[in-house]
Amino acid sequence: MSEAAVIDSSYEIIPEGSTGQYLTFILADEEYGVDILRVQEIKGWDDVTPIPNTPACVKGVINLRGAIVPIVDLRSRFKLDELEYGPTTVMIILKVRAGSRERIMGVVVDAVSEVYNIDGEELQPPPEFGGVINVEFIRGLASVEEKMIIVLDIDHLLDASEMQQLGAIAQQASKTK
Amino acid sequence: MALDMSQFLQTFYEESAEGLETMETGLLNLDVGRADSEEINTIFRAAHSIKGGSATFGLQAVADFTHHMETLLDELRDGRRAVSQEVVTLLLESVDALRELLSASQSNQPVDAERINATGQKMQALLGVEAAASEITQSVNSMTGGIHGWSIQFNPHRDIFMSGNDPMRIIAELNDLAEMEISLNADELPLLGDLNPEESYLSWDITLHGDLTRDALMEVFAWVEGECDLTITEIVDTATERETAAEAPAEMVRSEPVVENVSRVEMKREEKRGSGDGGSIRVAIEKVDAVINLVGELVITQSMLSTLGENFESGQIQSLRDGLAQLERNTRELQEDVMRMRMLPISFVFNRFPRLVHDLSAKLGKSVELRMTGESTEVDKTVTEKLSDPLVHLIRNSMDHGIEQSANERRKAGKSETGVVELNAYHKGGNIVIEVRDDGRGLNAEKIRQKAIEKGLIEAERKLSDEECYELIMLPGFSTAETLSDVSGRGVGMDVVRKNIQSLGGSVEVTSEPGLGSCFTVRLPLTLAILDGQTVRVGRQNYIVPLVSIVESIQLRGELFNQVAGKGETFNLRDQYIPVIRLHDIFNEPQADDSEFGGLLMVVESEGNKVALMVDELLAQQQVVIKSMEANYERVCGISGATILGDGTVALILDINGIIQMHRGRFNSCAA
Repeated sequence: MSEAAVIDSSYEIIPEGSTGQYLTFILADEEYGVDILRVQEIKGWDDVTPIPNTPACVKGVINLRGAIVPIVDLRSRFKLDELEYGPTTVMIILKVRAGSRERIMGVVVDAVSEVYNIDGEELQPPPEFGGVINVEFIRGLASVEEKMIIVLDIDHLLDASEMQQLGAIAQQASKTK
Repeated sequence: MALDMSQFLQTFYEESAEGLETMETGLLNLDVGRADSEEINTIFRAAHSIKGGSATFGLQAVADFTHHMETLLDELRDGRRAVSQEVVTLLLESVDALRELLSASQSNQPVDAERINATGQKMQALLGVEAAASEITQSVNSMTGGIHGWSIQFNPHRDIFMSGNDPMRIIAELNDLAEMEISLNADELPLLGDLNPEESYLSWDITLHGDLTRDALMEVFAWVEGECDLTITEIVDTATERETAAEAPAEMVRSEPVVENVSRVEMKREEKRGSGDGGSIRVAIEKVDAVINLVGELVITQSMLSTLGENFESGQIQSLRDGLAQLERNTRELQEDVMRMRMLPISFVFNRFPRLVHDLSAKLGKSVELRMTGESTEVDKTVTEKLSDPLVHLIRNSMDHGIEQSANERRKAGKSETGVVELNAYHKGGNIVIEVRDDGRGLNAEKIRQKAIEKGLIEAERKLSDEECYELIMLPGFSTAETLSDVSGRGVGMDVVRKNIQSLGGSVEVTSEPGLGSCFTVRLPLTLAILDGQTVRVGRQNYIVPLVSIVESIQLRGELFNQVAGKGETFNLRDQYIPVIRLHDIFNEPQADDSEFGGLLMVVESEGNKVALMVDELLAQQQVVIKSMEANYERVCGISGATILGDGTVALILDINGIIQMHRGRFNSCAA
């Protein structure tokens, strides 16, 4: 227990004891959550304009009432198998903090699920292994109704400059081939 | 009690800035030796309104300063004093001093009091008025802030109670005004038996801490002025005490200037602007009216269309088309007019240059005349703001390096002794062009080349044309002046100019003729928000190419195609070989057409580089509103932005220069 406490304090996820609402969505049969205050809207899948020379996970940009908003496929971001977009496929438009600025970005997920109340204390730090996605994108794990919900750190997950660098590396790799 | 004046303060600052500009322009137009009363009147009026305004807002230092300027101007106007170079220079210095005082009070920064006092004293010497400088000094002092307080010796007369006044009330009132230290002096209090209860025996020493005006203090003592002995002393921030008798408020002026106090003020000049400065724009009323008219028309068109839509029959298709055409026209006009609101004549930038040239020619000891044309050319406000610094640099450069060192040198070259720097602005295509031209010695290509080799910017054996040599001066770390001066020649000049102009989407070119002078041409887009674009199809995607960069479009013909080893393909365009860039390759798009030469070649130009882009199809031409990609994502190579098309989808705008760089990088990395 004491070990867990140490990890907890170094992690500093949510102020102790505060309850937050989380929107959850399904991705490859697992349920993920994001802070509902960061969700701007949910849209059905619509065609996007691809941006050349960007990493594969950046599907392109859409027009969101006059703003140019990039759309990231979370399956591709997590390096999961691609799934053909169906009627439940949605784009969740999120407010992402990048440094001092706020960006609007969208993620493509298999389906939206529920809104849960999760107590800050219930949020456990992620284990160092297991699970399909990289631990650095996870803010914590929570159990709701005997299910496990993976709460994501979207600021890190949707760090545009990092993604753009990934794209550049991938491009270099393909060029040298 | 008082009207809240602060709401007008911002306007006052803006108007004063304009007034100062008027004064400056007027002063520069003044011919030495001849008093042009119209010109002097203009300057006088500007000075007068600044004086009035500053007095209203309690900026005593500014008001005093302008007052003396007025006195001087008045003498000039009446012909009591001749318009000499000395007077004009002094007045120009005073304008600077005023500008400094005003901006200091706007941003709540301490003023560089020493310089202002120096100007004030010069003015005093000239005017022969003794009070002048010291008055200014004093008001400047009160503006420099610091802990400002008053020491008061309050000694009521014995019979003060007879007039119905109570010292206690006065003390209480002072206590309300500011933080107070008080000590009672009861030396005169007699023994109880001798005490007359109707007489006052007490006196007080009071120290008030706080930024109070003397007037506010005097108001407190207004009723007891005749019934007490009162000494009010100002505590300056250095705590030097200076006594002033206060019986007569008119004697408030201290006679000797206190420069030694002033110089202690730190001369920190932070470039912080006042928080209320959100940036505003003055729009001519007719421009606003034009927009209002158009909005009216738009409303009419809209109601016409909705009436049409309510009971639409197929027979009405023609009137629907007419309505839509009208809507389109309204929208376009509205767009143009709204954009025009942001447009300012370039004279906003140019206006400061006569002064610059005036000062510089004195500093450099060269006689230079500035000629300006096209001041009324309109540019977007953001462009004018960012254009100023690069232009200042170009003008300094022309005057320092361009114009010959001495009049003798010019005479030998068969030119008039006065050098000429020309500043021209005009519209050309979708661009605004600004030329800075001098009639000096021109650029020395060989010297530039030597210098560049010396600095290690190019290899010694490289052959360069004259034009290529001129380009070298825009490389970072290049400076040709033999001696460094504070005017130019720090080697951080032209490259910064070029970088600034490029960040605005423009370009800088140099042309020069030895012995005849050189010309720097700055090309800028008219506005940064809207662009004329050509839609092209590449693979499955549509892209927008800025129309200004397109030279021509041609059908591909295989026989004019050449392969150059390692350097990609070139195309023979009327005996000129230009590189071909396949956008499919750059954007990793599959070539839609099977045939190798199925598409179109679009010849584009950017920064003097001509290339041919291979595209699949040309689509519509349209005006597009530029949206930033960086707002929600990162900068993408080869893409300058995005826009939203009529059907609501997003199209990307190509960055031609970026694409050329990408193309080069591709082949360089292949070669390496």
